[in-house]
Amino acid sequence: MIPADFDYLAPTTLDEAVAALAEHGDDAKIIAGGQSLLPVLRMRLNAPEVLIDVGRIEALRGIRDDGDALVIGATTTHHTVSSDPLVREHVALIAKAIEHLADAQVRHRGTFGGALSHADPAGDLGAPVLALGAEFLVAGPGGRRTIAADDFFDDFFTTSMADDELLVEVRIPKHTGWGGHYEKFVRVAHQWPIVAVAAAVRTAGGAIAEARVGLTNMDVTPVRARAVEEALVGMPASEEVIRQAAAAAADGTNPPTDLNGDADYRRHLASVLTRRAVLAAAEV
Amino acid sequence: MTAVEEAPVAEIGRDRRRKEDQRLITGRTRWTDNITLPGMLHVAMVRSPFAHARIVGIDTSEAASSPNVTAVFTGADFGEELGACINAWPITPDQVTPAHSPMPADRVAFAGEIVAVVVARTATAARDAAELVDVDYEELPAALDLKEAATADETGGPIAHPDLGTNKSALWVFDSADAGTGGDVEEAIAKARADGVVIEREFRQQRLIPAFMEPRSVVVDPTGEQLTMWSATQIPHIVRFALAATTGVPESKIRVIAPDVGGGFGGKLQTTPEEWVVWALARRLGKPVKYTETRSESLVAGHHGRDQWQKLTLSAEKDGTVTGLKVELLADLGAYVAVVGGGVPVLGAFMFNAIYKFPAYHFACQTVLTNKTWTDAYRGAGRPEATFGIERMMDELAAELGVDPLEVREKNWIGHEEFPFTTVAGLEYDSGNYEAATALAKEKFGYAELRAEQRRRRESGDPVQLGIGVSTFTEMCGLAPSRVLGSLDYGAGGWEHASVRMLATGTVEVITGASAHGQGHETAFSQIVADRLGVPFEAVEVLHGDTQIAAKGLDTYGSRSLVVGGEALVRASDKVIAKAKLVAAHLLEASVDDIEFSAGRFNVRGTGQGMAIGEIAAAVFAAHDLPDDMEPSLDSDATYDPVNFSYPHGTHLCAMEVDTETGAVRMRKYTCVDDVGTVINPLIVAGQVHGGLVQGIAQALWEEAVYDDAGTLVSGSFVDYLLPTAADTIDFDLGHTVTPSLTNSLGTKGVGEAGTIASTPAVVNAVVDAVRHLGVDDVRMPCTPQRVWQAIQAAAATEGASR
Ligand SMILES: Cc1cc2nc3c(=O)[nH]c(=O)nc-3n(C[C@H](O)[C@H](O)[C@H](O)COP(=O)(O)OP(=O)(O)OC[C@H]3O[C@@H](n4cnc5c(N)ncnc54)[C@H](O)[C@@H]3O)c2cc1C
Repeated sequence: MIPADFDYLAPTTLDEAVAALAEHGDDAKIIAGGQSLLPVLRMRLNAPEVLIDVGRIEALRGIRDDGDALVIGATTTHHTVSSDPLVREHVALIAKAIEHLADAQVRHRGTFGGALSHADPAGDLGAPVLALGAEFLVAGPGGRRTIAADDFFDDFFTTSMADDELLVEVRIPKHTGWGGHYEKFVRVAHQWPIVAVAAAVRTAGGAIAEARVGLTNMDVTPVRARAVEEALVGMPASEEVIRQAAAAAADGTNPPTDLNGDADYRRHLASVLTRRAVLAAAEV
Repeated sequence: MTAVEEAPVAEIGRDRRRKEDQRLITGRTRWTDNITLPGMLHVAMVRSPFAHARIVGIDTSEAASSPNVTAVFTGADFGEELGACINAWPITPDQVTPAHSPMPADRVAFAGEIVAVVVARTATAARDAAELVDVDYEELPAALDLKEAATADETGGPIAHPDLGTNKSALWVFDSADAGTGGDVEEAIAKARADGVVIEREFRQQRLIPAFMEPRSVVVDPTGEQLTMWSATQIPHIVRFALAATTGVPESKIRVIAPDVGGGFGGKLQTTPEEWVVWALARRLGKPVKYTETRSESLVAGHHGRDQWQKLTLSAEKDGTVTGLKVELLADLGAYVAVVGGGVPVLGAFMFNAIYKFPAYHFACQTVLTNKTWTDAYRGAGRPEATFGIERMMDELAAELGVDPLEVREKNWIGHEEFPFTTVAGLEYDSGNYEAATALAKEKFGYAELRAEQRRRRESGDPVQLGIGVSTFTEMCGLAPSRVLGSLDYGAGGWEHASVRMLATGTVEVITGASAHGQGHETAFSQIVADRLGVPFEAVEVLHGDTQIAAKGLDTYGSRSLVVGGEALVRASDKVIAKAKLVAAHLLEASVDDIEFSAGRFNVRGTGQGMAIGEIAAAVFAAHDLPDDMEPSLDSDATYDPVNFSYPHGTHLCAMEVDTETGAVRMRKYTCVDDVGTVINPLIVAGQVHGGLVQGIAQALWEEAVYDDAGTLVSGSFVDYLLPTAADTIDFDLGHTVTPSLTNSLGTKGVGEAGTIASTPAVVNAVVDAVRHLGVDDVRMPCTPQRVWQAIQAAAATEGASR
């Protein structure tokens, strides 16, 4: 289908982009890879008057080592992120989540920051960045600020970024030596997850020293399964412990009901998938 | 002139790459939407968001005054010249058939129906302005659920077309006792209840969307003496006929062209409101007009398929010999009776008895109108539904008796020595060998090993269980003998036409009335003609789809092109040879009786003398020296009306893994042995089988058109209507046995629908088999993980309760 008419701006610096956003306000929309935005425009679910393409801003692209963290620029494509050696070494969970995200075409166009800004509760990146305690650097007319992962996802398709702010980069603490696994449950390969579980686990001497578990599509935002994390820490990394801990995966969640499954089924899936994800992350 | 000197290798049986693929795959070809004409205008449709509503008023003023818009029309702006969408197959004399205007003026009957059109200089302007058309609707109660709609007469529920007073369209019945083809089914069931086995099941054939790759598109050019329509259709000839019959334009003034068409699967076997509206617009405006639908429109407005409730009762003796089958169907027509419409389930009536020697059979189908998208043919059309029903029942019978599902089938199927065999539905099967196909399939599949693995997994309580599903199917292909169609009140015949033109430079033009839309006719038909005439494959050009070139034809559906159209081609070629032989005898100064034709040459027996067919064509073109009274032409036509259907068959075996913790299913192995008679091109056959399998598997596992309580199509995009991709399939294990059809000279049977028809029950049988020991005896399609998991939970709860 054909989108409604719009103007197209392609700033080359962050300042220009921020200024353009400030100028056009509500009438403008940022476009990165366009993989989520274009379908929305083509189906005329939204009709912004101005598109601000952030794809030409050098400073938003790339991955860098920042000591105890990796910093991923907002417009770095999914493919670049998942094939990056630093990412694979220090935040393996992210690479694993991206391996099953959409298809190769989408992974080559869609961006890390675009996916997170879109804040689709079924998006594959929210749960991993939540589990790994990432920080989001955003820029707006008032300057820059950092938002903690726990505060970034606000609601269904909504982040805590203001309308005149844009995402610059995501800072993810290194989890070197941690095991990571993303367990995604779909009916067909190219699908958004019905439910998915992101698990990062550090084991020491046969016990679980630290554990982080994030859930995809179990609520209006990605959520942490804190009850599971608490039940795991300090316990032996055994099948039985993990099974019992995983039973609490859906506690406090509010999963959707749709053609792929109702809320109860999703709750059940969450515990099975959490068990599998943690087992794989802990290499039990 | 180039003449062929060397005897060509046999083309039939060769795995030629498809000659049409380069242009089809690159898209550098004449798709309808690629056509641009001088002064052409573009159309956007305004469609009803409501399933059932009265149109109170339409304000088109804002749209009409928007930039680049030339006109806005509603149904009220047209009279008779808009024509009507026709039903070509009233299945009973008293069928209730709603009038179907391409753009109704007063009331819409499904969400997606056209209520207004915007014509503009660009497609973008048309689309923008379409958003500005303001339609005032008064919502009416909508008939949505098939079962509820069927009983609305009694319950006072919503009626899809209130003026008709009922949702019931037609009741079509076949009874073997009445027809004299078998016994009384009620007697058989009563007897089995007393001393035998009776299996009763109700299955849901969910609604599917054909989802062809190229969205529908239509261009109409009113310039010139003949009005020309290009349409992405499977049926240019039928469209031409129907335009003439309903819009008052003489047929001789109409040219319909189906240029390259990107798939159809039955979904483009339709005379569509979109075609009729664009036709009327071009005539009204006197300018070429184009409309290409969006994917969203395609999903909601192109016809859907399947959508039945099937109530089945099977009676058998305790040893597994089936004594009777009773079939009671409810079929959802949607809002209108489409071109074939209620005929789709009726085609299934002949297939429920499948490959078996059932002594008694009763079939009744009630077609029902609802306020949903209309339904019609979708790959297999009636036969997949029937095959699903009976093959699920045969597995259930085997489970009830505690025997292997292949054993039950063997006990009941027609032995290869029993052909020709007249079935309880009254068809005469000419040939087949179910034993051979099944034996080969079992061997390729590793049946015994997989059964052993299944046992091991059950014994060890593996969370991932294994199931094996069987489907031994047959289908009726080669639609269709005209007399049979006549006896079923179908509005046309089932013949096909072909012409062979010998060009002066040695190449050959072949014209077929079977209008291809991705099947590979150009390649396969070239192979047939190359062999028959002894000319190189490359020298044959196959033309189709344009009523000015392929003037006669009945198009492509029902696996008919090769079986019916191919036979016409053979006959036309033979006429060319017969004419050329006279010329050869004359030029070689020999008696006709001494001329032998082989490998493209006419030779005088016992001499070294001869001429190639190309040389004869050149001589006939010059016409300097022909026998007296001979027309200077070798060109020949043939119109072939089949005497019987053809009956491909096969044995499909499927192994599915079921994760009992999540309900997720995974295909482990799929083996099919298809007997499609003589294979013209193994590569094309493999392609048809692969694609067919995936579509059938998709019905079992993934696809379903779902409506909400308001009548909105929820699965209205490919995010929610789950089409599989290559990533979701496995490497299929294909095999063939060859039992040639006896009703056409090539021995072909048709392969376009086999995979789709056979695979759905094989997959569902395998899923059920994997968890049957847990108490599950059915899973509704598509077998989503949630449904499988819930079936396991429900069975466990029942077992627990009964303990
Ligand atoms: C066929 C298909 C399948 C898919 N499957 C999956 C899947 O399985 N799992 C999954 O997680 N995703 C999936 N996606 C979505 C994919 O991940 C997209 O790449 C991603 O959601 C959007 O990234 P983008 O760069 O294309 O963003 P865009 O589409 O350009 O933008 C998306 C939204 O984010 C905003 N935005 C973009 N960049 C910024 C920024 N720097 N600052 C502020 N706002 C910004 C835009 O304004 C817009 O609202 C799929 C997409 C497609 C087309």
